[in-house]
Amino acid sequence: MLVLENIHTHYGKIEALHGVSVEIKKGEIVSLIGANGAGKTTLLMTVCGDPQASSGRVLFQGEDITHKPTAQIMRSGIAIVPEGRRVFPGLTVEENLHMGGFFTSKQEVRRSQDHVFELFPRLKERRNQRAGTMSGGEQQMLAIGRALMTKPEMIILDEPSLGLAPLIIKQIFEIISSLRDEGITVFLVEQNAKQALKLADRGYVLETGRIRLEDSGANLLANEDVQKAYLGG
Amino acid sequence: MHDVMYFLQQLINGLTVGSAYALIAIGYTMVYGIIGMINFAHGEIYMIGAYVSLIVITGLAVTSPAWIPLVLLVALICAIIVSSSMGWAVERIAYRPVRGQHRLIPLISAIGMSIFLQNYVHLAQGSRNIGFPLLIEGGISLGGSGGGFQANLSYMQLTIFIVTLVCMTGLSLFISRSKTGRACRAVSQDLKMSSLLGIDTNRIIAATFVIGAALAAVAGLLLGMYYGSIDPLFGFIAGLKAFTAAVLGGIGSIPGAMLGGLVLGVAESFTSGYLSGEYKDVVSFGLLILILLFRPTGLLGKPEVEKI
Repeated sequence: MLVLENIHTHYGKIEALHGVSVEIKKGEIVSLIGANGAGKTTLLMTVCGDPQASSGRVLFQGEDITHKPTAQIMRSGIAIVPEGRRVFPGLTVEENLHMGGFFTSKQEVRRSQDHVFELFPRLKERRNQRAGTMSGGEQQMLAIGRALMTKPEMIILDEPSLGLAPLIIKQIFEIISSLRDEGITVFLVEQNAKQALKLADRGYVLETGRIRLEDSGANLLANEDVQKAYLGG
Repeated sequence: MHDVMYFLQQLINGLTVGSAYALIAIGYTMVYGIIGMINFAHGEIYMIGAYVSLIVITGLAVTSPAWIPLVLLVALICAIIVSSSMGWAVERIAYRPVRGQHRLIPLISAIGMSIFLQNYVHLAQGSRNIGFPLLIEGGISLGGSGGGFQANLSYMQLTIFIVTLVCMTGLSLFISRSKTGRACRAVSQDLKMSSLLGIDTNRIIAATFVIGAALAAVAGLLLGMYYGSIDPLFGFIAGLKAFTAAVLGGIGSIPGAMLGGLVLGVAESFTSGYLSGEYKDVVSFGLLILILLFRPTGLLGKPEVEKI
């Protein structure tokens, strides 16, 4: 579904990704783990075309999207839950969801919204509340719900557990695994490596802009190097 | 009785000019809210709105002594179309190519655009001021029939109030209810996230320039007729005043721009009425300095957290 071929990405003159290749198949949950500054977010944002890769190719459903503008990429079936959630604080819950379905029809927005409210009854209770006044967990639910409004084929999640209480984290991971049941492909970036690998079909370990390891989630969990570096073992 | 009537008259005059300032200030505040920059060519767009309406009015009045409301409506529509295109062009030419660069660069290109437009009108229309016919005459006398001072509300002033009210209501509904309005708010809160939701942020940014320009064109027609003459520098001082109004109310806030415009208009009018007309500008720009010193976020603005 998503293929990254030998991606190099630069911020100005600094190269953040030194030839990264990743492949995600339809219906998979793939986790990308790595330390701070390894380039995880850069990798995700390169898929979204912001910043664009300076060399290499990004293919989504067989189509080359490397140099397409961000807005166009995000209309082709990819949705993102960005780092730090980035809900629109001044907009209500409902308005935030409508922004997620901006380029779909009115009927589709209504249908998707009902679906999101089914998944997150809490959001329905707070539909007229301004997003900025909600708790971190609620905002994270809203960010996921907003991404689902586009009816994506693939959803990219950047550190969805960051800054949340353990109980909420558990909920969020349950939601992520339920996305798979809906047939949505999931590309997950996490510092919470244990949870992320448990959930994942496959995983990649990113270190200073290069893919160091690639294996099934279970094998990576059992891997000694991974345990030492990322699981505190 | 005399004092009350005099006061009332100053208030009416102040609110008249103030509502027009508010209309122009909306353009500054919307563009600032969305890209964090001041559109320095906005005053010129307002001036062009005034010129276009004058040209249309003159043309229509010469060809046929038509029904005045229709003439005004046609002039208004033409002014809005031309000014909106100008607003769109300013964004395309002076802002979009240099977006993401250092903040000073779009500032300079916008000032360049402003100088260009001013001089273009100089060449095309001459630099002398031209009379603007007052098509809405008459008014209502307020207050007793005695010999004292009578406050007067002219129909022109009434028109300015009503048109401004309609525009502001329309704008508020547009921003709060419509899909594009919602997108404007979303883009102003988080531009990058908006594009990550597949929203064409360039289109939304262009839309704010166009909306601001359309309102400036309305103000151009109204104030041009109210003052009775226009010249190519007509937009310069009004632009500065409206900018002051936007800062006064809290730049980035639409209700702030409305309030700022009214406050500034009334302050100016009371200065002219009770002190001297010459101190008018001193007071408005003094007010700007005071606001910047003691309440930089303006009357209704929120303290801004520097975006990372």
